[in-house]
Amino acid sequence: MKRFINLTPAPATRMMFGLLPFVLLVILYIVASDARLAENPSDKLLPGFSQIGDAIQRMAFEPSKRTGEYLFWGDTTSSLTRLGLGVLIAAFVGLVLGLLTGALPSVSAVASPLLTVVSLIPPLALLPVLFIVFGLGEVSKVALIAIGITPFIARDIQRRTLEIPREQLVKAQTLGANTSQIIFRVLLPQLMPRLIDAVRLSLGAGWLFLIAAEAIASTDGLGYRIFLVRRYMAMDVILPYVAWITVLAFLIDSVLAWVSRRLFPWQSKGVQ
Amino acid sequence: MIEARNLWKKYGDKVVLERLNLRVEEGEFITLVGASGCGKSTFLKMLLGTETASSGELLLDGKPIPDEPGPDRGIVFQQYSVFPHMSVLENVMAARGFGRPGVTGLLFGAARQQARDEARAILAEVGLGNAESLYPGELSGGMRQRLAIAQALLGQPRILLLDEPFGALDPGIRADMHDLVLRLWREYELTVFMVTHDLTEGFYLGTRLWVFDKTRLDPQAPDAYGATITYDLPVGQMDGRKLKKIDRDLTLTARETEKAL
Repeated sequence: MKRFINLTPAPATRMMFGLLPFVLLVILYIVASDARLAENPSDKLLPGFSQIGDAIQRMAFEPSKRTGEYLFWGDTTSSLTRLGLGVLIAAFVGLVLGLLTGALPSVSAVASPLLTVVSLIPPLALLPVLFIVFGLGEVSKVALIAIGITPFIARDIQRRTLEIPREQLVKAQTLGANTSQIIFRVLLPQLMPRLIDAVRLSLGAGWLFLIAAEAIASTDGLGYRIFLVRRYMAMDVILPYVAWITVLAFLIDSVLAWVSRRLFPWQSKGVQ
Repeated sequence: MIEARNLWKKYGDKVVLERLNLRVEEGEFITLVGASGCGKSTFLKMLLGTETASSGELLLDGKPIPDEPGPDRGIVFQQYSVFPHMSVLENVMAARGFGRPGVTGLLFGAARQQARDEARAILAEVGLGNAESLYPGELSGGMRQRLAIAQALLGQPRILLLDEPFGALDPGIRADMHDLVLRLWREYELTVFMVTHDLTEGFYLGTRLWVFDKTRLDPQAPDAYGATITYDLPVGQMDGRKLKKIDRDLTLTARETEKAL
């Protein structure tokens, strides 16, 4: 008998093992839901799949009686727009800050201490400030996401910049490169896949800030809807919304990973 | 062309190089050997401009050598001296673009075409003609060093610095690389400084051999004295006995340094 630490499941077994917890969770949910519904058919805590299906039908495929909109898709669009804008701004600002502080010691001397301090501020604590400064509209929500994840991206990119071997920078200089040529031709292209990695890692935090901001002050959005229907204990709406957010997060992550492999083929061709 | 006058290099209390006096003429091929930590790489970095002398002078054409790397001094490191995100051809073409003023050094139109032609010519010369669309990560160690050399040459340096360029290569490939470097040195009329770990490599390659070694060693304070050039020999006029003697000296220093630590 091999040691447990050396037992590696075969690919097919591994896939089965991976699916197992999901199947068990679904079975557990069905059993629990059935038990509660048998006792009280109008139970709201663990709705059956038919109730959840009805809710999805109502939210996604029938126009709202009050506004005539398809709430589910409207919420999705609003949330993704906020998240996308926030992350895009954070990625751009983070890249510029990280690249310049990593590449230029003089800029680092000015900006790094500030960056370290700013990154320690809990972003949610700033949310009231944002609401006061920018009002309750879109700007404050996008700003929260951007402010929340920019320091992480900036510091990650700064570290990645410093990790690029000095030899490359010296080599570029012996070929006559000036500072901006080194930044644009040697550093920036090698940091782009790192930026995508940093964005993927910070998306979880991005969703957190998005949902928090929507829960507090909004009139639409996935986070807003979940917190709104909580008042009616509408688990039949909350559960599919949470599942949908998870699916969206997974899809965005997969797309970013694919884009990174596609745009920067040199990464997978071994590291020199 | 290059002259050192009573050159010293210290890091704090640690003396790395001391009392270095030398003259190098244009077109010489100098190999620098010595035990590890004896300052040969430090001296190369001073020529490169990434390290500066603590005292004394290091002159290039009578003027102090610039304290940052520049296009007159090309470099090939043991590793990391090519750009992993550029294909082989782009790596070499970048050398042309970097030479020009501009924000990105990207080439367009006729300049780009000309750079491509020149890059292809030099890639063919170093034996990478068939590899131009590969990325450095896909190359073998020897091919990667050929690329690094091609790239350095297209920068048209007067001085080529080689920092243990073949240290990570197999012996057979190393011999090929020696032929290549000697050929390019003659063809491009370069002045070459090559640091190597391998004494025999230094003994038969090039025109002049420098052995870096410590002449004084205090067992209580191994950092108190630095290394200097103990042998400055013309290559080709030496016999096996000399090689053995140098080898013995270096081994002795290495052993005593070890003991002192």
